[in-house]
Amino acid sequence: MQVTPSETVSLAKYTPEVRQQLFRYVLQLADTSLILGHRLSEWCGHGPILEQDLAMANIALDLLGETRSLYQYAAELEGQGRTEDDLAFLRLATEYQNPLLVEQPNGDFADTVVRQFLFDNFHYHFLQQLQTSPDERLAAIAEKAWKEAAYHLKWSSEWMIRLGDGTEESRQRVEKALANLWRYSGELTTPTATEQALQSLNLIPDYAALLPAMQAHVAKVFEEATLPVPAETYMQKGGKAGRHTEHLGYILAELQYMQRTYPGLKW
Amino acid sequence: METLELTQEEQFQARIDADMRIEPKDWMPDAYRKTLIRQISQHAHSELVGMLPEGNWITRAPSLKRKSILLSKVQDEAGHGLYLYSAAETLGASRDQMLADLHSGKAKYSSIFNYPTLSWADMGTVGWLVDGAAILNQVPLCRTSYGPYARAMVRVCKEESFHQRQGFEIMQTLCEGAPEQKAMAQEALNRWWWPTLMMFGPKDADSPNTEQSMKWRIKRFTNDELRQKFVDMMVPQAEFLGLTVPDPNLKWNEAKNGYDFGEVDWEEFWNVVKGNGMCNKDRLGARVKAHEEGAWVREAALAHAAKRKQRAEQEAVQQVA
Ligand SMILES: [Fe+2]
Ligand SMILES: [Fe+2]
Ligand SMILES: [Fe+2]
Repeated sequence: MQVTPSETVSLAKYTPEVRQQLFRYVLQLADTSLILGHRLSEWCGHGPILEQDLAMANIALDLLGETRSLYQYAAELEGQGRTEDDLAFLRLATEYQNPLLVEQPNGDFADTVVRQFLFDNFHYHFLQQLQTSPDERLAAIAEKAWKEAAYHLKWSSEWMIRLGDGTEESRQRVEKALANLWRYSGELTTPTATEQALQSLNLIPDYAALLPAMQAHVAKVFEEATLPVPAETYMQKGGKAGRHTEHLGYILAELQYMQRTYPGLKW
Repeated sequence: METLELTQEEQFQARIDADMRIEPKDWMPDAYRKTLIRQISQHAHSELVGMLPEGNWITRAPSLKRKSILLSKVQDEAGHGLYLYSAAETLGASRDQMLADLHSGKAKYSSIFNYPTLSWADMGTVGWLVDGAAILNQVPLCRTSYGPYARAMVRVCKEESFHQRQGFEIMQTLCEGAPEQKAMAQEALNRWWWPTLMMFGPKDADSPNTEQSMKWRIKRFTNDELRQKFVDMMVPQAEFLGLTVPDPNLKWNEAKNGYDFGEVDWEEFWNVVKGNGMCNKDRLGARVKAHEEGAWVREAALAHAAKRKQRAEQEAVQQVA
């Protein structure tokens, strides 16, 4: 099946194979927003400034909203009667497909800002293109989330600049965070086999085509932040294939606690 | 001089008696200003510290829907903190000083937040009872004499009643659910019932500031009046849920058209006020830690803003030259 961007399709028209691939992919997107939202929500009540506590909770809420729409769609694609909560809470660690970046710990505020900036820069440019997907559900989810991602990218870009071009201490902290987290940025735009299959059907954006705009935004923000763009480095990957860092297990221990302790109940 | 001062004070009281609002630029007695700063900043601190017990369950919420409702509730409390700090600032208090007073222990916050949240049912109970008690305390403040405080409270109260409904809904879901869910709800009610009755403060006989505050219409009901209202409101709701209020002395009194209820454990109340609650050290410790670890962030933001301003000025000079 070859889909040209001018037609829209809905799930009824997919072959079982494409439907399975799309299910896998939508889960990956949902897992990504879920885990990053989870991390950001850990800041709630502990932020460096009350206004930033609010801002981080806001971003977490946006991501959680996106998460729910995605899991709901994934559940429909799967068609096995599982719900958004079954998918979010009742899978094994190896079944979560979020990229490694988003499960990294909050660290200090600089770590959180750098993690957010690297993610937002991808998320924003990715969603911009996903809006034109012929898959009408994905396009609709992207349209809403893209507007929110624009605000997220503005927030994290401004903080990159403030911290980079702030005090000596803030600059050192942001450089240290970059030295640690940059190596997780490559996975965002490195397609898995599933992603490649969907890209060849034109159902999802080609990541290589996003790179120029992403790099331009990094260059602009880093210049204002008076930060050097990190040199090319070995890029870690594995999360999108279910091979995670040690951090994910602890996230799931909290996330799944209630659903695992009280199986099958309604909350 | 003496007569002029008296006239100002009399005029001030006359405006209050006529239910007119006092605004930041109006003359006000020093004691009125001080009382308000104390009360508003204490309320702001309560919103801020109040984020912690519920924040404790965000990462463990049992469904995505509940997680998102809880996170936005806790975020609302941060918003309430912001409105209230701003209202206190109109009286000449600075946020830095108010926070310093919170961190040093000089300023208080609501003692209820020094109790731990131990199960998911606590998210229901806190919303239902704690936000419920807060609403009873705060609705009269929407008509309080100081304008900025009254206006902040209108926004706050709208959101608090939303929180209360959400809390009740969590309880209702638990009570209509499996036996272990209902037991979880009952266990939470057992722990929170008495502490929420303490939220209305000491008995009127032991509340020395009440009379003056009532005269200034900073307060409109006494502590005991509000506590009675709360019991009368909540007991039927507990019955509706099928839960038992943990008070053997609770009994309907036809003559007073309200419930008789047992005595609050005032020793526990004063102990928690003095810092001996289970979570006093943890709650304050968490706030101090957030503030201290955030110092470099706030400094960076200020330093960057100063650099920007300087650059803009230099550019302006160059353009003129
Ligand atoms: Fe409140
Ligand atoms: Fe509040
Ligand atoms: Fe509330």
